[in-house]
Amino acid sequence: MAKFRPKKKRRTVPRLEPRIALISALMMTVMSVVGARLYYLQVIKTSEYAQLADRNRIRIRHLPAPRGLVFDRRHRPLVNTRPSFDAVVVPEDSDNLSQTIERLQDLLGDDDIADKVVEAEQNGRAPYDPITVDENLDWQQVVALETHQLDLPGVSLQIMPARHYLYGDLAAHLLGYVGEVSRNDLLHLANYRMGDEIGKFGLERGWEPYLRGVAGGEEIEVDAVGRKLRVLKEIPDHQGESVVLTIDLDVQQAAEQAMEGKNGALVAIDPNTGYILAMVSHPAFDPNIFVGGITPANWRKLITDPEHPLEDRVIQGIYPPGSTFKLVDSVAGMEERTLTPETTYNCPGGMWYGGREYHCWRRGGHGTIALHRAIVSSCDVYFYNVGLHLGIDRLAHWAHLLGLGRKTGIELHGESPGIMPSSAWKERMYHQPWYPAETLSVAIGQGYVAATPLQMAEVVSEIANGGVRYKPQFVHYVEGLDGHVIKSYPPVVEARLNIDPKYLETIRDAMAGVVNSPWGTAHRVRLPNVTVCAKTGTAQVIGAGKAGVRAGEPEGEIPVKYRDHGWLVAFAPEDHPQIAVACVIEHGGHGGSSAGPIVHDVLEKFFELYPPNAAQQLTGNSGAAPAMAAR
Amino acid sequence: MPLIDRRVLKHFDWTLFVIVLMLEGLGLVTVLSASYVASANRLDPLFVRQLVWIGVGTLLMLGALWFDYRALVTYSYPLYAIVLLLLIAVEVIGHSTGGSRRWINLRLFKLEPSELAKIAIVFVMVRYFRLEPPPGGWGFRHLIIPCILLGVPAALVLKQPDLGTGVVLVLITATLLVASGLNWRVMAGLALAGMLAAPLSWHYLKPYQRARLESFIDPQADPLGSGYHIIQSEIAIGGGGSWGKGYMKGTQARLNFLPEETTDFIFAVYAEEFGLAGSLLLLGLYASLIGRGLWIARHARDRFGSLLAIGITGMIFWQVAINMMMTTGMLPVVGIPLPLVSYGGSSLFTTMAGMGILMSVNARRHTF
Repeated sequence: MAKFRPKKKRRTVPRLEPRIALISALMMTVMSVVGARLYYLQVIKTSEYAQLADRNRIRIRHLPAPRGLVFDRRHRPLVNTRPSFDAVVVPEDSDNLSQTIERLQDLLGDDDIADKVVEAEQNGRAPYDPITVDENLDWQQVVALETHQLDLPGVSLQIMPARHYLYGDLAAHLLGYVGEVSRNDLLHLANYRMGDEIGKFGLERGWEPYLRGVAGGEEIEVDAVGRKLRVLKEIPDHQGESVVLTIDLDVQQAAEQAMEGKNGALVAIDPNTGYILAMVSHPAFDPNIFVGGITPANWRKLITDPEHPLEDRVIQGIYPPGSTFKLVDSVAGMEERTLTPETTYNCPGGMWYGGREYHCWRRGGHGTIALHRAIVSSCDVYFYNVGLHLGIDRLAHWAHLLGLGRKTGIELHGESPGIMPSSAWKERMYHQPWYPAETLSVAIGQGYVAATPLQMAEVVSEIANGGVRYKPQFVHYVEGLDGHVIKSYPPVVEARLNIDPKYLETIRDAMAGVVNSPWGTAHRVRLPNVTVCAKTGTAQVIGAGKAGVRAGEPEGEIPVKYRDHGWLVAFAPEDHPQIAVACVIEHGGHGGSSAGPIVHDVLEKFFELYPPNAAQQLTGNSGAAPAMAAR
Repeated sequence: MPLIDRRVLKHFDWTLFVIVLMLEGLGLVTVLSASYVASANRLDPLFVRQLVWIGVGTLLMLGALWFDYRALVTYSYPLYAIVLLLLIAVEVIGHSTGGSRRWINLRLFKLEPSELAKIAIVFVMVRYFRLEPPPGGWGFRHLIIPCILLGVPAALVLKQPDLGTGVVLVLITATLLVASGLNWRVMAGLALAGMLAAPLSWHYLKPYQRARLESFIDPQADPLGSGYHIIQSEIAIGGGGSWGKGYMKGTQARLNFLPEETTDFIFAVYAEEFGLAGSLLLLGLYASLIGRGLWIARHARDRFGSLLAIGITGMIFWQVAINMMMTTGMLPVVGIPLPLVSYGGSSLFTTMAGMGILMSVNARRHTF
């Protein structure tokens, strides 16, 4: 009630007074309510809203670290990382997402961007997390994206480290590949976020903790359309550690080259350490196609390929070992005292057993021969007899000790144990007793017995090194960025077989004969200045007999899929062995002629690099029982 | 009659004048902050234009003060008719932005006739109800003509579409009806009818208007679509806290998270930078302005002046209330500027003219 001047004033608007009071009260009440609301927002709830405001403007961007490098044993890079320009979309920053995606698809000429966005949302993307929609953009795409930035709200360019396999499909199964971490993996992997890269196969998978490194991040301020304005805080990333392999690039390349166009596997081991020098499985694949997500078409092609390029035949391919198994017969027979080097059997070209004739591969027979000649000529009848005198269970016992029918323990995923049958095994599998006639098949590496190339390489290594079974390893050491060794992998002795050295000497001598004597079956692996020891094998393909293929038929007339697998196992030099090799060529026919030239090339390359007299430099020890193994 | 009535000068309402200038000052400061981003370090043309309009508006206010408000009894209908013509002109030659047609481009200036309609409706309603109501108050039959007077501009405004201004026109009229002596029973009846009609009006809303209503009820239902404005505005205001983030330091506005940051959502910009202290200062200034307006109404020399003051005060009040309730998430989003603070010439001129008339009513309360 302000000043009132009665001298002039009569109340002119008496009837309005109460109504104005009512309106005043109403208006002031509303203003008070607004004031209360402001107090609620700005005092009671302020921290919550301040946080929301920060979340609006501050984005934490994860910067995955470049993965560690992979080197061969002489520190030459096999795998590295290179920058990849990726297009990323933050849907929250786009006011018209479908239009943005449409424009982006036009610009990049890529029509599955929309699908990728949908997929990311279905996988439970966190708000404001960018979705990588296209990787490895070429220069023109990068320029197109940069110049159309303003028409593409929510789209930005990110430079990310991408895996690069320098030699394409070289040692693909060993190196493995990387891929985006799956939703399933995310459930039990604490340190991974959606979109992160993870090793999926091979070395990349097994050594993931070392190779991955520590992701960095940056806190950036963005505006409402997600444009990066400035970096508020930066946490540097740490590149993953490097892995130095025991593989020798040159030997590996020689092996890959020799295997070109053939299906099969080859593995070369240092018999004194169990270190793998080369490891080839053909057909292979190019791990580079997995980088940044394999396209559905490529993936379909890989998994539907009848030749199974993804299978690592060195550890997953199981083949009847054929005549290479006769080395196992020899060890078992002599150790069980049912066989001596002087034991003779007569081979008339076959033998009758259980009312059936079992042939020798040489129809004319070998005559009466002792062990040395039996190995050199690979006489089947001789080893039928060896097997019969041993019996399956003693044979299986020794085969098992030598490493057949069990995993070698190599640190690669999906290794097959192969099959080494015994009477107990048959009872378990087929609920049937063992028939002695079946021992005959097993004795020449047929029937139930099946081995991986790696297992056969182990058997040969043991014969070469005096009976030590090493765990096969392909990583020499892991080193930090500054070059210091973080973890080394010394040779691991799985078992000392305590085989009488003179028996092994007998076998080695015979294996040298396989290569060098006129009766031998592996002349193709001969080297001029190194004595190579070998054993060939020819494994019948299951189903060949049923298809009407008779033994001894000329190879050229048999359909490829029924042709025999050719084996060759070897080590060299005869007295201080430095390398042991197992090679199988699928449907290659006779081992000496199919696998022989390949093993020859590998050995030739190896000894060119590591001459026999320089053996000490390579392994530090070339004795039959290396001191290093004792650790 | 002398050129300048000495009594008018003597009774110049400094209180109102200072409040108006303070509000305009705060508005200018905020417009500068809100437009700063786009203009990259130089004086934004938006700021300069607002400054010019404040100058012109002040002249308009003083001009309105010199006019004897009683002349409006004569000019109400002609002014109303001009505004109607302008509203029709919008339909014909209007300039549209963002899906609605609201402006007439006058080259120098884009006129928004719906702003003028706010004061025009005050003029005609006051003119119509200037006489004492019959005993018992105005009945239904007295409402036929006001309904037409309100209905025509409201329909034109809603057609633009401009739901906010339409609602404000209705509320101004309602305020004047209450003030001028509407029969209590009629008032209750109208209120009831209004409540019943509200759900029906749903069918006449545009899809975006429905979406705004829906998102008001649950902003999180579509946080990036129609709920975006409410959420971002609340974040800005709430994030301001007690003392604000500091002038030019509001991240929500600076980084363009706020929509319409110089006009409808300018309060969010202001509240983010100046906090509760600033918000309450602004709210206090508006409360003072409204209080002063109602004081003038109460002390006016005649019923016409009193109603005029109530109408103009109501015009200010409803816009302030709706705008602030909208930016704080208490009402759905409708396009209503914050008088004297929001950027925009038409709104500023309308409000300043209203202030001039208020002053005129106040200055002439002692004259006969």
